[in-house]
Amino acid sequence: MADRPVPVVEKRLMDVKLGELGSWLGGRDFTPNGILQAIRRGHDRYYNKYINVKKGGIGGVAMLLVGYVAISYLWEYDHISEILTI
Amino acid sequence: MILSLFDQFMSPTLLGVPLIGLALTLPWVLFFQPGARWLNNRLMTLQAMFMNWFVKQIFQPMSLGGHKWAALLMSLMLFLITLNMLGLLPYTFTPTTQLSLNMAFAVPLWLATVIIGMRNQPTHALGHLLPEGTPTALIPVLIVIETISLFIRPLALGVRLTANLTAGHLLIQLIATAAFVLFPMMPSIAILTSILLFLLTLLEIAVAMIQAYVFVLLLSLYLQENV
Repeated sequence: MADRPVPVVEKRLMDVKLGELGSWLGGRDFTPNGILQAIRRGHDRYYNKYINVKKGGIGGVAMLLVGYVAISYLWEYDHISEILTI
Repeated sequence: MILSLFDQFMSPTLLGVPLIGLALTLPWVLFFQPGARWLNNRLMTLQAMFMNWFVKQIFQPMSLGGHKWAALLMSLMLFLITLNMLGLLPYTFTPTTQLSLNMAFAVPLWLATVIIGMRNQPTHALGHLLPEGTPTALIPVLIVIETISLFIRPLALGVRLTANLTAGHLLIQLIATAAFVLFPMMPSIAILTSILLFLLTLLEIAVAMIQAYVFVLLLSLYLQENV
């Protein structure tokens, strides 16, 4: 193939081969600053894909809210499952 | 383990991380920055409309010195209204049901308005302790009463928000449990209860918005007196 070799850490996740996954994870930036940057990148990607569009409807925000409800359910599962057992 | 009705207000944790952390940071995710374009997308336009309307509503009667508080009161309003409305979704946690959070908002902001008043115009600020036109004999009693009412303001602000939201959530849980339990036994009564639950949820949506508004409005009034 004619591609120039790229360092493993800089590849996107879908381009990393399975064997390289360990070194990819080891080289990523897990400092608080790095995590914040990653969150910001993800947020911008979501925003530009679903909300910052010409005729954005309710779907963009609705997906976020449904995801929030799902995460809350998972987070509280221990607590909620006790209600049905008494 | 016997569950009480107040268990829904205990802060749930997963792997030691409390859900309140996620619930408190979610409003940041939901409000987006206006872009570099002249005409933004629909959501941003709605958001900007709301913010403009609200700022005019709150700051029109206020003198110029109080306009420095616009960003703070606006962000407080957005935060509270988002937290209240998100708490109405199923399985979510409402941080504003915790008295600690509401007092943490109320006490510093109220204290700031009082200190600003005392520093910039102490006579005028102290003059608020005596309403105009009181008969002379009642003056000492009234000063005591007005001082007490001044000091009770942060408590009232915090407790008002907490109590309203907690009571609403509790009612929703009670009526929902009643409807759920009644359904196998007496379906017609369960339908009536479900209609009641629906109306109550509408009320809760209104209360969520109104309480946030009242909180910020009262703070702006305290600021007007003192600025």
